[in-house]
Amino acid sequence: MSEERFPISVTVNGEPHRLDVPARLSLADLLREGLRLTGTHLGCEHGACGACTVLVDGASARACLMLAVQADGRSITTVEGLERAGRLHPLQQALSERHGLQCGFCTPGVLMTLVELLDASPSPDEAEIRMALAGHHCRCTGYQGMVDAALSLSGGG
Amino acid sequence: MTAAEAPAWLGRRVPRIEDAALLRGRGQFVGDIVRPGMLHARFVRSPVAHGRLLGLEVEAARRAPGVRGVFTAEDFRPHLTSPELAVAMPAGAIRYVVNPRVLAADEVCYAGEAVALVVADTPHAAEDAAALVRLDIELLPPALDPGSALEPGAPRARLGCADNLLARFTVAYGEVAPAFEVAPHVFRDRFHLHKGGGHSVETRGVLAEHDRVDDMLTVWSSAQMPHRNKGVICAALGRAEDRVRVVAPDVGGGFGPKFVCYPEDVAVPLAALLLGRPVRWIEDRRENFAATTAERDQLWDVEVAADAQGRLLGLRGRLLHDHGADTPYGIALPQNSATNLLGPYVLPAYRLEISVALTNKVAATPTRGAGRPQGTFVMERMLDRIADELGIERAEVRRRNLIPPLAMPYRTPLTTRDGAAMIYDSGDYPACMADALRLAGYEDFRARQKAAREAGRHIGIGLSNYVEGTSRGPFETAAISIGPSGQVVLSTGASAQGQGTATVLAQVCAGVLDMDPARITVRTGDTAAIAQGLGAFASRQGPVAGAAVLQAARLVREKALLAASHLLEAAPEDLELVNGAVRIRGIPADRLSLGQVAQVLQGMPGFPLPPGLSPGLSSSVAWQPEALSYANGTHVAEAMVDPETGRITLLRYLVVHDSGRLLNPSLAEGQILGGVVHGIGHALLEETLFDAQGVPATLGYPAYRLPSAPILPWIEIHHRETPTPLNPLGAKGVGEGGTIPAAAAIVAAVEDALRPARIRITQLPITPRRLRTLLAAA
Repeated sequence: MSEERFPISVTVNGEPHRLDVPARLSLADLLREGLRLTGTHLGCEHGACGACTVLVDGASARACLMLAVQADGRSITTVEGLERAGRLHPLQQALSERHGLQCGFCTPGVLMTLVELLDASPSPDEAEIRMALAGHHCRCTGYQGMVDAALSLSGGG
Repeated sequence: MTAAEAPAWLGRRVPRIEDAALLRGRGQFVGDIVRPGMLHARFVRSPVAHGRLLGLEVEAARRAPGVRGVFTAEDFRPHLTSPELAVAMPAGAIRYVVNPRVLAADEVCYAGEAVALVVADTPHAAEDAAALVRLDIELLPPALDPGSALEPGAPRARLGCADNLLARFTVAYGEVAPAFEVAPHVFRDRFHLHKGGGHSVETRGVLAEHDRVDDMLTVWSSAQMPHRNKGVICAALGRAEDRVRVVAPDVGGGFGPKFVCYPEDVAVPLAALLLGRPVRWIEDRRENFAATTAERDQLWDVEVAADAQGRLLGLRGRLLHDHGADTPYGIALPQNSATNLLGPYVLPAYRLEISVALTNKVAATPTRGAGRPQGTFVMERMLDRIADELGIERAEVRRRNLIPPLAMPYRTPLTTRDGAAMIYDSGDYPACMADALRLAGYEDFRARQKAAREAGRHIGIGLSNYVEGTSRGPFETAAISIGPSGQVVLSTGASAQGQGTATVLAQVCAGVLDMDPARITVRTGDTAAIAQGLGAFASRQGPVAGAAVLQAARLVREKALLAASHLLEAAPEDLELVNGAVRIRGIPADRLSLGQVAQVLQGMPGFPLPPGLSPGLSSSVAWQPEALSYANGTHVAEAMVDPETGRITLLRYLVVHDSGRLLNPSLAEGQILGGVVHGIGHALLEETLFDAQGVPATLGYPAYRLPSAPILPWIEIHHRETPTPLNPLGAKGVGEGGTIPAAAAIVAAVEDALRPARIRITQLPITPRRLRTLLAAA
């Protein structure tokens, strides 16, 4: 069966790609299998766990619920795109310092959500941070280190 | 410990060496690994709980695009030494050893049981083709409710077993009947305690590759016990131990279910062998609900006898355990429930009759807490019952029953799984509870509660104590090897699923070798790195693998000093190991790096090694704990309840715990936090449901509800450190203690919030609907 493929232009972590993708390919599978960006993880594939969260034109989205063809013309940021010139994003640093990760499987998605939160609202309080994290499952940390990490950056300090 | 041996890095919040890769999305989970020519597997599973498998029509799937192979039990049979996995764990009480089958034939015994395997070029093609496999199943009546399953004439869960009584055993000591005869107070309760699954965010996954050049079968698996999986694979496939390697790469959470060796762990490697191509299977979330083991239901019918002061005289009753359809992990779960019921209390007489029922559901095996939360729940709730009935404050009842510190080590009348005496090695239980009450402001709570009630808010407080047997044996391994490069490689049979195992073991090693832990390469979960190992279960790896590392590092250190004494022509006692190099005391310039020492110990053709030394700067140790070491703690929860809606809000949660000497407080706190939140899910949210035919009804989120960030309070953790005499590091395990007392403390707080209404919560989870029902009846 040769599936019909559709041409898309998508920018991933600043790098433009022209690709032909099958209609049913999810954005997550495109990133993971097609572009070998495996930092975006799949935990449930029905939009509940949040592990596959990426930024689409700066807004968080579930890469498992979005089709690759829907990414046409969009700019995607994944966890691999957070580092700048070899330096960790402040949130990556804070997550490590505040013990906001353990097994690390949910971490990439959590990072993308918190980056979006702090970009949109530089001084979130604990309740706002917890609400932003509501779309993520983490079985290891109890979320507390994540909340702590985001709070440590809230208000610029 | 002497200064030279003092683990300088221990007790410190050393940053995790695991984080650098994980934060950048460069972890290597099974699903991230791609091998050349790799194919993708999809399992066909029974859609029904029980039936005769009359036929399997696979031709359409075989012809489907991209399909490379379709396998049934019949196809696999000639290549397996047995159609079953050799995973039985010994227990005299088990009447039927029901090993899981690699693929089911003739009879399917739970919805989700694998019956065929489709391998194709892509996951899409495999999934499409799997849908073309037709199953001809004659429905059989399922055994679902563990109680009715044990009644005469009940449908049998497995046609090969004469009835559904998988096991019956009694945990008992003391004069129970006389205790109840003389007791002024006897109270009885029935509990329906549900506990859910592990729900690691990463599902299971297996990738197998056979290299024809060296006939090596390599299996990457999200396993907690890779050495055990290797043993099962070797036995199933009839392969020599040196022709199978199992690697647990980065593993996205374990929590128990990943220590089971599953049918997929053999089926996927066998398919790779038969097809001559690497094959990867990544479990999807529906499969995880249906085919990954979990905990489930326990029905307790117990009565407690107390004297007029609320002191325990005896406890007796029955426990009915919903076991599921096969026995991949023995009957450890109900055993733990029965023995952990004692907790930190003096219980003079005890008799619990345990019946374990085969049912047509996926097997119940331990998740975080491993049956202990249920036993703890029963004891703690019966203590609250005594307190309420006798008008004694709940903390005071506990004070009167706690084992005093002077009684340590405290020999309980029970035995552990291996028949050894169950001895609490150390701890000060009354002081621990006193700390918790003081830090929680327990004494002031009634005033706060009164004020809140006047403001229209129903708040309550609950507390729970626990013990946890940790550091289970029989052993764990560590090998340290230093080559001329100077790189220190620490290999261990321990495996990592996020605990920070590599960091804590590097800390132990770094202290002895006086170097930065970040300079040590730690290899976990790889059977090629070390011949023997056990892995992750029973809150054990920090202390047990840590002790092995401590000894291995000391051996390497001694050898390096001895070798250097010859090379530097100085007495060993005049040498010191500083910053990863040996030098003569007082003459820092006269030094040899560990790499230089290793170079000499590597030997030169024809030249002897320094006298008295064996080749190689390396050591290998298997450390065997002589007994379980018991951690303990107290949890205090404050809850607010809306009596109209039944909504429960946790306002505060406080933990005082004692897991012996802390190796890395941040890692310990991480374990406790995750454990507590798992316990909150156990208390309030998590419930695996089945329909009337035994088909799983929770196959996704949020049908199955996990704790999420907004519903959680800030969890406060306070440490006590009573070193255990059973471990050279003084450390006890910390992986499950957070979960064990949580449900008991939360339920107590909910009941307390609703006073003066006297409701008695006997079912978990306590959902708003269940709470409204109780309130309506009150």
